[in-house]
Amino acid sequence: MGNTTQASAGTLESNDILVVIAPGNGGEATVSVESIVMKQFGPAIIATIQASLAEHGLGGVTVTAQDKGALDCTIKARMEAAILRYKELHS
Amino acid sequence: MNRCRTMLFMPGNNPGMLASAGSLGADIVIFDLEDAVAQAEKDTARILVRNTLTYLKPATEVTVRINALDTPYWKDDIDAAIQGGAEYILAPKCAQASDVHTLMGAIEEAEARTGTTKKLLLIALIESALGVENAFALATSHPRLTGILLGAEDLTAELGAKRTAVGQEILYARSRIVMACRAAGIKALDTPFPFVTDLEGLAADAAFSAQLGFDGKAVISPHHVHAVNEAFSPTAEQVRWAERVMVVARRAKEEGKGAVSLDGMMIDLPIIKRAERILSRAADTTETCNA
Repeated sequence: MGNTTQASAGTLESNDILVVIAPGNGGEATVSVESIVMKQFGPAIIATIQASLAEHGLGGVTVTAQDKGALDCTIKARMEAAILRYKELHS
Repeated sequence: MNRCRTMLFMPGNNPGMLASAGSLGADIVIFDLEDAVAQAEKDTARILVRNTLTYLKPATEVTVRINALDTPYWKDDIDAAIQGGAEYILAPKCAQASDVHTLMGAIEEAEARTGTTKKLLLIALIESALGVENAFALATSHPRLTGILLGAEDLTAELGAKRTAVGQEILYARSRIVMACRAAGIKALDTPFPFVTDLEGLAADAAFSAQLGFDGKAVISPHHVHAVNEAFSPTAEQVRWAERVMVVARRAKEEGKGAVSLDGMMIDLPIIKRAERILSRAADTTETCNA
Protein backbone atom coordinates (compact mmCIF):
# COMPACT_ATOMS: atom_id res chain seq x y z
CA MET A 1 0.00 0.00 0.00
CA GLY A 2 1.40 3.44 -0.92
CA ASN A 3 2.02 6.29 1.47
CA THR A 4 -1.31 8.08 1.89
CA THR A 5 0.17 11.35 3.09
CA GLN A 6 2.47 12.10 0.19
CA ALA A 7 1.75 12.94 -3.44
CA SER A 8 3.90 12.43 -6.50
CA ALA A 9 3.93 13.20 -10.22
CA GLY A 10 6.22 12.40 -13.11
CA THR A 11 8.40 9.43 -13.99
CA LEU A 12 12.01 8.33 -14.05
CA GLU A 13 12.01 8.25 -17.86
CA SER A 14 14.50 10.33 -19.81
CA ASN A 15 13.47 14.02 -20.09
CA ASP A 16 11.15 13.69 -17.10
CA ILE A 17 11.33 14.34 -13.37
CA LEU A 18 9.69 12.47 -10.50
CA VAL A 19 8.64 14.79 -7.69
CA VAL A 20 7.32 13.62 -4.32
CA ILE A 21 5.73 16.01 -1.86
CA ALA A 22 5.43 14.93 1.76
CA PRO A 23 4.40 16.72 4.96
CA GLY A 24 7.29 18.68 6.48
CA ASN A 25 7.98 20.12 9.88
CA GLY A 26 5.79 23.15 9.37
CA GLY A 27 8.60 25.62 8.72
CA GLU A 28 10.01 26.48 5.32
CA ALA A 29 9.76 23.92 2.53
CA THR A 30 12.68 21.55 2.21
CA VAL A 31 13.75 20.73 -1.34
CA SER A 32 16.06 17.88 -2.18
CA VAL A 33 17.09 17.21 -5.78
CA GLU A 34 19.03 14.46 -7.54
CA SER A 35 19.75 15.18 -11.18
CA ILE A 36 21.83 13.92 -14.07
CA VAL A 37 22.61 17.58 -14.73
CA MET A 38 22.98 18.67 -11.10
CA LYS A 39 26.25 20.43 -11.70
CA GLN A 40 24.90 22.56 -14.55
CA PHE A 41 21.25 23.07 -13.60
CA GLY A 42 20.82 22.05 -9.94
CA PRO A 43 20.22 25.58 -8.59
CA ALA A 44 17.80 26.35 -11.45
CA ILE A 45 15.80 23.16 -10.78
CA ILE A 46 15.56 23.99 -7.08
CA ALA A 47 14.48 27.55 -7.91
CA THR A 48 11.75 26.27 -10.24
CA ILE A 49 10.46 23.88 -7.57
CA GLN A 50 10.42 26.63 -4.94
CA ALA A 51 8.69 29.03 -7.34
CA SER A 52 6.00 26.41 -8.00
CA LEU A 53 5.39 25.94 -4.28
CA ALA A 54 5.12 29.70 -3.81
CA GLU A 55 2.83 30.11 -6.81
CA HIS A 56 0.42 27.54 -5.42
CA GLY A 57 0.73 28.75 -1.83
CA LEU A 58 2.12 25.51 -0.44
CA GLY A 59 4.67 25.73 2.39
CA GLY A 60 5.99 23.55 5.16
CA VAL A 61 6.43 20.48 2.99
CA THR A 62 9.32 18.30 1.91
CA VAL A 63 9.91 17.96 -1.82
CA THR A 64 12.13 15.19 -3.17
CA ALA A 65 12.90 15.27 -6.87
CA GLN A 66 14.73 12.82 -9.13
CA ASP A 67 15.47 14.58 -12.39
CA LYS A 68 16.29 12.85 -15.67
CA GLY A 69 16.93 15.95 -17.73
CA ALA A 70 13.49 17.56 -17.63
CA LEU A 71 12.92 20.92 -19.28
CA ASP A 72 11.72 23.78 -17.12
CA CYS A 73 8.14 23.51 -18.43
CA THR A 74 8.12 19.81 -17.51
CA ILE A 75 9.36 20.53 -13.97
CA LYS A 76 6.63 23.12 -13.61
CA ALA A 77 4.00 20.69 -14.93
CA ARG A 78 5.06 17.87 -12.61
CA MET A 79 5.19 20.22 -9.63
CA GLU A 80 1.73 21.61 -10.39
CA ALA A 81 0.29 18.10 -10.69
CA ALA A 82 1.95 16.92 -7.46
CA ILE A 83 0.83 20.03 -5.57
CA LEU A 84 -2.79 19.62 -6.71
CA ARG A 85 -2.69 15.95 -5.73
CA TYR A 86 -1.13 16.82 -2.35
CA LYS A 87 -3.76 19.46 -1.65
CA GLU A 88 -6.53 17.02 -2.52
CA LEU A 89 -5.04 14.44 -0.14
CA HIS A 90 -4.87 16.95 2.66
CA SER A 91 -8.14 18.80 2.08
CA MET B 1 -6.69 23.63 -42.09
CA ASN B 2 -3.97 23.76 -44.73
CA ARG B 3 -1.31 21.06 -44.88
CA CYS B 4 -2.50 17.87 -43.27
CA ARG B 5 -0.65 15.11 -45.11
CA THR B 6 0.50 13.66 -41.80
CA MET B 7 -0.96 13.91 -38.32
CA LEU B 8 1.48 12.32 -35.87
CA PHE B 9 0.21 10.94 -32.56
CA MET B 10 2.38 11.75 -29.53
CA PRO B 11 1.63 10.34 -26.07
CA GLY B 12 0.47 13.18 -23.84
CA ASN B 13 2.39 12.12 -20.75
CA ASN B 14 5.81 11.73 -22.36
CA PRO B 15 7.72 15.02 -22.07
CA GLY B 16 10.57 13.98 -24.36
CA MET B 17 8.26 13.02 -27.20
CA LEU B 18 6.11 16.11 -26.78
CA ALA B 19 9.21 18.31 -26.87
CA SER B 20 10.49 16.72 -30.07
CA ALA B 21 7.11 16.55 -31.81
CA GLY B 22 7.55 19.69 -33.85
CA SER B 23 10.78 18.51 -35.44
CA LEU B 24 9.71 15.14 -36.83
CA GLY B 25 8.41 16.33 -40.20
CA ALA B 26 4.68 15.84 -39.65
CA ASP B 27 2.37 18.57 -40.87
CA ILE B 28 0.33 18.36 -37.66
CA VAL B 29 1.07 16.68 -34.33
CA ILE B 30 -1.58 15.19 -32.09
CA PHE B 31 -0.92 15.45 -28.35
CA ASP B 32 -2.90 12.47 -27.14
CA LEU B 33 -4.71 12.64 -23.81
CA GLU B 34 -6.92 9.65 -24.57
CA ASP B 35 -5.71 6.13 -25.33
CA ALA B 36 -2.00 6.87 -24.81
CA VAL B 37 -2.51 8.02 -21.22
CA ALA B 38 -3.27 5.74 -18.29
CA GLN B 39 -6.41 6.50 -16.30
CA ALA B 40 -4.39 7.45 -13.20
CA GLU B 41 -2.27 9.95 -15.15
CA LYS B 42 -4.98 11.96 -16.94
CA ASP B 43 -4.38 14.97 -14.67
CA THR B 44 -0.59 15.01 -15.04
CA ALA B 45 -0.73 14.53 -18.81
CA ARG B 46 -3.21 17.36 -19.22
CA ILE B 47 -0.96 19.79 -17.32
CA LEU B 48 2.12 18.59 -19.22
CA VAL B 49 0.41 19.08 -22.60
CA ARG B 50 -0.75 22.57 -21.61
CA ASN B 51 2.76 23.55 -20.47
CA THR B 52 4.44 22.10 -23.55
CA LEU B 53 2.10 24.10 -25.76
CA THR B 54 2.52 27.24 -23.69
CA TYR B 55 6.28 27.27 -23.20
CA LEU B 56 7.73 25.30 -26.12
CA LYS B 57 5.31 26.43 -28.84
CA PRO B 58 5.88 23.53 -31.27
CA ALA B 59 6.87 24.52 -34.80
CA THR B 60 3.89 22.66 -36.30
CA GLU B 61 0.16 22.97 -35.78
CA VAL B 62 -1.04 21.00 -32.77
CA THR B 63 -4.18 18.99 -32.22
CA VAL B 64 -5.08 17.82 -28.73
CA ARG B 65 -6.94 14.52 -28.67
CA ILE B 66 -9.27 14.89 -25.73
CA ASN B 67 -11.01 12.11 -23.86
CA ALA B 68 -14.44 11.01 -25.00
CA LEU B 69 -17.74 12.56 -24.01
CA ASP B 70 -18.59 9.59 -21.78
CA THR B 71 -15.61 10.29 -19.49
CA PRO B 72 -15.22 12.90 -16.73
CA TYR B 73 -12.11 14.37 -18.40
CA TRP B 74 -13.09 15.97 -21.70
CA LYS B 75 -14.04 19.45 -20.46
CA ASP B 76 -10.77 19.85 -18.54
CA ASP B 77 -8.93 18.61 -21.64
CA ILE B 78 -10.60 21.33 -23.72
CA ASP B 79 -9.57 23.96 -21.16
CA ALA B 80 -5.95 22.78 -21.36
CA ALA B 81 -5.96 22.92 -25.17
CA ILE B 82 -7.36 26.44 -25.15
CA GLN B 83 -4.96 27.67 -22.45
CA GLY B 84 -2.02 26.20 -24.36
CA GLY B 85 -3.12 27.70 -27.67
CA ALA B 86 -3.63 24.50 -29.68
CA GLU B 87 -5.04 24.86 -33.18
CA TYR B 88 -7.41 21.88 -33.11
CA ILE B 89 -9.28 19.51 -30.84
CA LEU B 90 -9.55 15.92 -32.00
CA ALA B 91 -12.69 14.51 -30.47
CA PRO B 92 -12.87 10.70 -30.24
CA LYS B 93 -15.92 8.49 -30.67
CA CYS B 94 -18.06 11.02 -32.54
CA ALA B 95 -21.14 9.18 -33.74
CA GLN B 96 -23.79 11.80 -34.37
CA ALA B 97 -24.21 15.52 -35.00
CA SER B 98 -25.35 16.09 -31.42
CA ASP B 99 -21.87 15.01 -30.22
CA VAL B 100 -20.34 17.85 -32.22
CA HIS B 101 -22.93 20.31 -30.88
CA THR B 102 -22.11 19.25 -27.30
CA LEU B 103 -18.38 19.65 -27.91
CA MET B 104 -18.68 22.99 -29.66
CA GLY B 105 -20.94 24.28 -26.88
CA ALA B 106 -18.25 23.45 -24.33
CA ILE B 107 -15.47 24.90 -26.51
CA GLU B 108 -17.33 28.17 -27.03
CA GLU B 109 -18.11 28.38 -23.31
CA ALA B 110 -14.44 27.80 -22.42
CA GLU B 111 -13.24 30.35 -24.99
CA ALA B 112 -15.62 32.96 -23.59
CA ARG B 113 -14.52 32.16 -20.02
CA THR B 114 -10.81 32.45 -20.81
CA GLY B 115 -11.23 35.47 -23.07
CA THR B 116 -9.13 33.93 -25.84
CA THR B 117 -9.47 35.36 -29.33
CA LYS B 118 -8.00 32.29 -31.02
CA LYS B 119 -10.76 29.98 -32.20
CA LEU B 120 -10.17 26.26 -31.85
CA LEU B 121 -11.23 24.11 -34.76
CA LEU B 122 -12.67 20.65 -34.31
CA ILE B 123 -11.74 17.38 -35.96
CA ALA B 124 -14.22 14.55 -35.39
CA LEU B 125 -12.86 11.05 -34.99
CA ILE B 126 -15.31 8.53 -36.38
CA GLU B 127 -14.62 5.04 -35.07
CA SER B 128 -17.97 3.27 -34.93
CA ALA B 129 -20.52 1.86 -37.36
CA LEU B 130 -23.01 4.52 -36.27
CA GLY B 131 -20.45 7.24 -36.87
CA VAL B 132 -19.73 5.98 -40.40
CA GLU B 133 -23.45 5.82 -41.16
CA ASN B 134 -23.85 9.41 -39.90
CA ALA B 135 -20.74 10.72 -41.67
CA PHE B 136 -22.46 13.41 -43.75
CA ALA B 137 -24.63 14.62 -40.87
CA LEU B 138 -21.48 14.89 -38.77
CA ALA B 139 -19.51 16.58 -41.55
CA THR B 140 -22.13 19.32 -41.92
CA SER B 141 -22.93 19.70 -38.22
CA HIS B 142 -20.91 22.84 -37.41
CA PRO B 143 -18.91 25.47 -39.32
CA ARG B 144 -15.90 24.99 -37.02
CA LEU B 145 -15.72 21.28 -37.79
CA THR B 146 -12.73 21.27 -40.13
CA GLY B 147 -12.19 17.58 -40.79
CA ILE B 148 -13.10 14.00 -40.05
CA LEU B 149 -10.56 11.33 -39.13
CA LEU B 150 -11.40 7.67 -39.52
CA GLY B 151 -10.40 5.46 -36.60
CA ALA B 152 -10.31 1.95 -38.01
CA GLU B 153 -9.14 0.01 -34.98
CA ASP B 154 -12.25 0.55 -32.86
CA LEU B 155 -14.42 0.31 -35.96
CA THR B 156 -13.12 -3.07 -37.07
CA ALA B 157 -13.30 -4.36 -33.50
CA GLU B 158 -16.97 -3.38 -33.41
CA LEU B 159 -17.61 -4.92 -36.83
CA GLY B 160 -15.88 -8.14 -35.87
CA ALA B 161 -13.63 -7.65 -38.90
CA LYS B 162 -9.97 -8.62 -39.04
CA ARG B 163 -7.69 -5.61 -39.47
CA THR B 164 -5.27 -6.25 -42.31
CA ALA B 165 -2.44 -4.37 -43.98
CA VAL B 166 -4.37 -4.31 -47.28
CA GLY B 167 -7.41 -2.85 -45.56
CA GLN B 168 -10.26 -4.31 -47.63
CA GLU B 169 -12.31 -4.46 -44.44
CA ILE B 170 -12.34 -0.64 -44.18
CA LEU B 171 -12.82 0.26 -47.84
CA TYR B 172 -16.49 1.11 -47.40
CA ALA B 173 -15.84 3.28 -44.33
CA ARG B 174 -12.98 5.07 -46.06
CA SER B 175 -15.00 5.77 -49.19
CA ARG B 176 -18.01 6.88 -47.19
CA ILE B 177 -15.92 9.36 -45.21
CA VAL B 178 -14.17 10.79 -48.27
CA MET B 179 -17.56 11.24 -49.95
CA ALA B 180 -19.11 12.93 -46.89
CA CYS B 181 -16.15 15.24 -46.38
CA ARG B 182 -15.98 16.26 -50.04
CA ALA B 183 -19.71 16.95 -50.07
CA ALA B 184 -19.36 19.05 -46.92
CA GLY B 185 -16.17 20.82 -48.03
CA ILE B 186 -14.03 19.66 -45.09
CA LYS B 187 -10.85 17.59 -44.83
CA ALA B 188 -10.95 13.81 -45.08
CA LEU B 189 -8.27 12.22 -42.90
CA ASP B 190 -7.39 8.57 -43.02
CA THR B 191 -6.82 6.10 -40.22
CA PRO B 192 -3.23 5.27 -39.16
CA PHE B 193 -1.51 2.22 -40.56
CA PRO B 194 -1.22 0.05 -37.43
CA PHE B 195 1.60 -2.34 -38.40
CA VAL B 196 4.52 -0.26 -37.21
CA THR B 197 7.41 -2.21 -38.75
CA ASP B 198 5.74 -3.00 -42.12
CA LEU B 199 7.08 -0.02 -44.07
CA GLU B 200 6.29 -1.57 -47.45
CA GLY B 201 2.69 -2.10 -46.37
CA LEU B 202 2.62 1.47 -45.09
CA ALA B 203 3.70 2.92 -48.44
CA ALA B 204 1.05 0.91 -50.30
CA ASP B 205 -1.63 1.83 -47.77
CA ALA B 206 -0.78 5.54 -47.90
CA ALA B 207 -0.73 5.53 -51.71
CA PHE B 208 -4.15 3.86 -51.78
CA SER B 209 -5.45 6.36 -49.25
CA ALA B 210 -4.30 9.26 -51.44
CA GLN B 211 -5.85 7.55 -54.47
CA LEU B 212 -9.20 7.35 -52.67
CA GLY B 213 -9.13 11.12 -52.20
CA PHE B 214 -8.08 11.57 -48.58
CA ASP B 215 -6.26 14.82 -47.76
CA GLY B 216 -3.91 13.16 -45.31
CA LYS B 217 -3.41 10.38 -42.85
CA ALA B 218 -2.77 9.97 -39.15
CA VAL B 219 0.46 8.18 -38.21
CA ILE B 220 1.43 6.42 -35.00
CA SER B 221 5.19 6.37 -35.46
CA PRO B 222 7.70 9.05 -36.45
CA HIS B 223 9.14 6.40 -38.81
CA HIS B 224 5.90 6.60 -40.84
CA VAL B 225 5.99 10.34 -41.44
CA HIS B 226 8.24 10.48 -44.48
CA ALA B 227 6.46 7.76 -46.49
CA VAL B 228 3.03 9.25 -45.80
CA ASN B 229 4.16 12.79 -46.62
CA GLU B 230 5.51 11.45 -49.88
CA ALA B 231 2.28 9.60 -50.73
CA PHE B 232 0.27 12.78 -50.25
CA SER B 233 2.67 15.01 -52.18
CA PRO B 234 2.44 15.27 -55.96
CA THR B 235 5.33 13.83 -57.91
CA ALA B 236 7.49 16.06 -60.12
CA GLU B 237 5.88 14.41 -63.15
CA GLN B 238 2.37 15.23 -61.87
CA VAL B 239 3.39 18.85 -61.23
CA ARG B 240 4.83 19.20 -64.74
CA TRP B 241 1.60 17.77 -66.22
CA ALA B 242 -0.54 20.13 -64.11
CA GLU B 243 1.54 23.14 -65.18
CA ARG B 244 1.13 22.18 -68.84
CA VAL B 245 -2.62 21.76 -68.35
CA MET B 246 -2.86 25.25 -66.87
CA VAL B 247 -0.85 26.73 -69.79
CA VAL B 248 -3.12 25.04 -72.33
CA ALA B 249 -6.26 26.08 -70.42
CA ARG B 250 -5.13 29.71 -70.20
CA ARG B 251 -4.32 29.79 -73.89
CA ALA B 252 -7.72 28.29 -74.76
CA LYS B 253 -9.44 30.91 -72.65
CA GLU B 254 -7.51 33.74 -74.31
CA GLU B 255 -8.36 32.36 -77.73
CA GLY B 256 -12.01 31.90 -76.81
CA LYS B 257 -11.89 28.13 -77.31
CA GLY B 258 -13.95 25.63 -75.35
CA ALA B 259 -12.40 22.24 -74.91
CA VAL B 260 -8.79 21.78 -76.02
CA SER B 261 -6.51 18.78 -75.92
CA LEU B 262 -3.12 17.97 -74.43
CA ASP B 263 -1.25 14.79 -75.35
CA GLY B 264 -4.47 13.45 -76.85
CA MET B 265 -6.48 14.12 -73.69
CA MET B 266 -9.41 16.51 -73.66
CA ILE B 267 -8.80 19.36 -71.19
CA ASP B 268 -12.06 20.47 -69.64
CA LEU B 269 -13.10 21.82 -66.27
CA PRO B 270 -12.70 18.62 -64.18
CA ILE B 271 -9.18 18.15 -65.58
CA ILE B 272 -8.33 21.79 -64.85
CA LYS B 273 -9.60 21.39 -61.29
CA ARG B 274 -7.46 18.29 -60.83
CA ALA B 275 -4.44 20.20 -62.11
CA GLU B 276 -5.17 23.09 -59.75
CA ARG B 277 -5.41 20.65 -56.84
CA ILE B 278 -2.03 19.13 -57.72
CA LEU B 279 -0.41 22.56 -57.93
CA SER B 280 -1.98 23.63 -54.66
CA ARG B 281 -0.65 20.51 -52.94
CA ALA B 282 2.77 21.09 -54.50
CA ALA B 283 2.83 24.63 -53.10
CA ASP B 284 1.93 23.28 -49.65
CA THR B 285 4.76 20.76 -49.89
CA THR B 286 7.25 23.45 -50.85
CA GLU B 287 6.18 25.55 -47.86
CA THR B 288 6.68 22.54 -45.58
CA CYS B 289 10.13 21.89 -46.95
CA ASN B 290 11.10 25.53 -46.50
CA ALA B 291 9.62 25.82 -43.00
